[in-house]
Amino acid sequence: MDVLRFTTAGSVDDGKSTLIGRLFYDTKQIFENKLEEIKRNTHRDDDEMELALLTDGLKAEREQGITIDVAYRYFSTPNRKFIIADTPGHEQYTRNMVTGASTAELAVELIDARNGVIEQTQRHAFIASLLQIPYMIVAVNKMDLVDYSEERFREIVEQFQSFSDNLDINDITFIPISALKGDNVVNQSDNMPWYNGPTLLHRLENVRPEADRNQVDFRFPVQHVIRPHQDFRGFAGQVASGKIRPGEEVVVLPSKRTSHVESITTLDGEVEEAGPEDSIVISLTDEIDVSRGSMIVRSRNRPEVTRQLDADLCWMNEEKMRTDRPYIIQHTTRRTQANVSKVVYRTNVDTFHREEADTFELNDIGRVELETADPLFIDPYKINRSTGNFILIDPDTNDTVAAGMIRGVAEDVAPFGQEEEVTDEERETSPNVVWEGLNVPREDREKKNGHKSAVVWLTGLSGSGKSTIAKEVEKRLFDRDVQTMMLDGDNVRHGLCGDLGFSPNDRKENIRRVGETARLFFEQGNVTFCSFISPYQEDRDRIRELLPDGRFFEVHVDCPLEVCKERDTKGLYKKAEQGEIANFTGVTAPYEAPGNPELVVDTDQNDVETCVNRIIETLEDEGIV
Amino acid sequence: MPLSSDTSEHLDWLESEAIHVIREAEAQFDNPVLMFSGGKDSLTMVYLARKAFYPGKVPFPILHVDTGHNFPETIEFRDNLMEEHDLDLIVGSVEETIKSGRAKEEQGPDASRNKLQIVTLLDTIEEHGFDVALGGARRDEEKARAKERFFSHRDRFGNWDPKNQRPELWNLYNGRSKPGEHFRAFPLSNWTELDVWQYIQQEDLEIPSLYLAHERTMFERDGVLLPKSPYNELREDEEYVEKMVRFRTIGDMTCTGAVESTATTLDEVIAEVATTQQAERSARADDKRAEAAMEDRKREGYF
Repeated sequence: MDVLRFTTAGSVDDGKSTLIGRLFYDTKQIFENKLEEIKRNTHRDDDEMELALLTDGLKAEREQGITIDVAYRYFSTPNRKFIIADTPGHEQYTRNMVTGASTAELAVELIDARNGVIEQTQRHAFIASLLQIPYMIVAVNKMDLVDYSEERFREIVEQFQSFSDNLDINDITFIPISALKGDNVVNQSDNMPWYNGPTLLHRLENVRPEADRNQVDFRFPVQHVIRPHQDFRGFAGQVASGKIRPGEEVVVLPSKRTSHVESITTLDGEVEEAGPEDSIVISLTDEIDVSRGSMIVRSRNRPEVTRQLDADLCWMNEEKMRTDRPYIIQHTTRRTQANVSKVVYRTNVDTFHREEADTFELNDIGRVELETADPLFIDPYKINRSTGNFILIDPDTNDTVAAGMIRGVAEDVAPFGQEEEVTDEERETSPNVVWEGLNVPREDREKKNGHKSAVVWLTGLSGSGKSTIAKEVEKRLFDRDVQTMMLDGDNVRHGLCGDLGFSPNDRKENIRRVGETARLFFEQGNVTFCSFISPYQEDRDRIRELLPDGRFFEVHVDCPLEVCKERDTKGLYKKAEQGEIANFTGVTAPYEAPGNPELVVDTDQNDVETCVNRIIETLEDEGIV
Repeated sequence: MPLSSDTSEHLDWLESEAIHVIREAEAQFDNPVLMFSGGKDSLTMVYLARKAFYPGKVPFPILHVDTGHNFPETIEFRDNLMEEHDLDLIVGSVEETIKSGRAKEEQGPDASRNKLQIVTLLDTIEEHGFDVALGGARRDEEKARAKERFFSHRDRFGNWDPKNQRPELWNLYNGRSKPGEHFRAFPLSNWTELDVWQYIQQEDLEIPSLYLAHERTMFERDGVLLPKSPYNELREDEEYVEKMVRFRTIGDMTCTGAVESTATTLDEVIAEVATTQQAERSARADDKRAEAAMEDRKREGYF
């Protein structure tokens, strides 16, 4: 049994409390005495129980008929323990939603099927995206009141996708439900035979939140120094991200002194490895200065050490933000003073537009720059939720007044209004970087290798056979002593492009980075195979422009959509058609076939061997190998 | 509620979170204290505090507010635990509070010292200058607790204002306070009753015998099964009966009800908890007084 933390959001009458009540009721979490209480307090005319009464909290709120704070609820199935952050839908409570979202690994967004997407829906989705909740379920509720209409459901899915494309949410599942009647919440509904996707509970039980935890970058903020006697000095804390083992070389920030992990101690004995969220005690082989607020990291993988932050900020206090006095910033176990040195813009959370602002008021969200008195050890929030977050505290009232998500070190952030106007040419290269001739020219490497370097770019629909073919070609050339390299989604999406999603902009950036990487391998003398759907001609043309004439081979791996769907090796088309994957090429996103490729291989009519041979023949004909 | 599968990742996660919160409380405050009632939640807390600072010693004292109406089993268990793990115990006495005139004993057959504990608790906190009191309360226990923070801010009078709590984000806890104010810290916030029992079993912790089914002389009042004790007077229509019972929570003998049970081992208790149809605090007579009873007492400083 593991743990999933999720948050629920929706506006006042979307039936959020009823949904939670339904989850509890159908998974048999409701105690007898609570049931009696609900029945006693139900004043409905029909036979339905007032499930919402299960979850309503404080007296004053019951009187107002709305929940006004974050309430935490618990239930479990044999496979998983669930912690629900139940946040209010009331308009002015952006603050609470941000609080609930900060610890959530999944967001359930409720939409009333009668009303469709409203402003608040967009606001919630924006917050989920800002707080980087990895999974979202859009539950279209009250389907019973629209006659369980598939058409209505599709309409709402489209409404939602029309704005969610601009957000950074990777995994959205749409589910038509009726919380009141119990359709598709825990039990599959008989009223919607047109829906073959998972029930809400099934989805909750099967997402894999650990996949989104940062397992790579070891960060250990020290909470407390433990010194029971002269012979032992240990540093207590909770691993923020990454893993560590005894014997590994580490560096302590801010002193930058290097040492090795001597042991990892717990009451249960010494452990061989610690990972994200483990509370441990680390001792080092050397006596060096470590105290609360220090951070232990691997010597070859360090966070940024900076006093200048570029961050998204949500203002949570009735008193507006001031730029003329310091706040206290709390980041991991570290506290120091911080000044808001610049308000870059405020985001209108209903339209996503950026507005000019010189301060933030309660529930405002926007981008700022901060200057801190002492350096902080930071990672971008997108890459590391644990070391990318912070809060601001008012030193007079001690209230927590803001929540922050770090973008990076503040330097040369364009002032408000100019950001959008950067031209493509300007974006292409960083300022002050001159492309110097390489130390060893490519021509010399090619001579030594006995072949020329090239980039072979395979583009085509998912399931068309790009990777299968590329792998086979690579193997054959490798056997002929050709220097080869292979780039595909599997090896870039985790690391190099791990911070990107699947929105059109992120896809563009993904392809741009792959192109630049391919270019480096090219300069190193390799024949590099890039296997990417890469649906846009414009993006592929950009990469062509990076390379000398005759060295870029655009190969269209052609296969009719129907055949790809039928193959559906990864089950992705099925999911896309059920609305579980947004922006899926061929289903909900376009594919632009190459206008003038070097080669077209038809995998519907030909076998792999034939296609492989044709590519190798082309490379031979062009004098590459 | 279904029985869990074999793996216990959730317990490791809860343990790690609780240890993090305990260490934060220790680091952010000058003078912490750990509240102890003798129940399963507070013995779990003592164990987690030992884990949090191992191989060091628990760096703060343990506070028990003794109503004078405790089960003798509770006191014996407490004293053994303190001695075995070299813990510093402070006892706040409700008896003393009453003698000093700071509180008045309730009268009548339903009399309970439960509310009086608040006075003794706040007095003891003030006397020792504790700025944070760590407790084993869980959010799943009762509706009013679902919104409680890990670090719960109290004003100078020990009052909890549910509308004026600091937002708590990620795992960042803000314990900054002004002189005279203090905090409560609840490291077990995300645990459920079943989690606590499963954890006690996994870590093989010793528990007070009251939690296991035993023969006891009981009487029934307002649907609650109460133990015979020097502090409970029988009403006219009530009578003593011998029952096989166990307690699900441990408080005063005057108001802690038992459930009929045959669960004489921890395994059997867990099986019973996992399938039970009665919420945990339902046998507490003090909660039945008003629908919002807990919320009212919380506002006044009850744990």
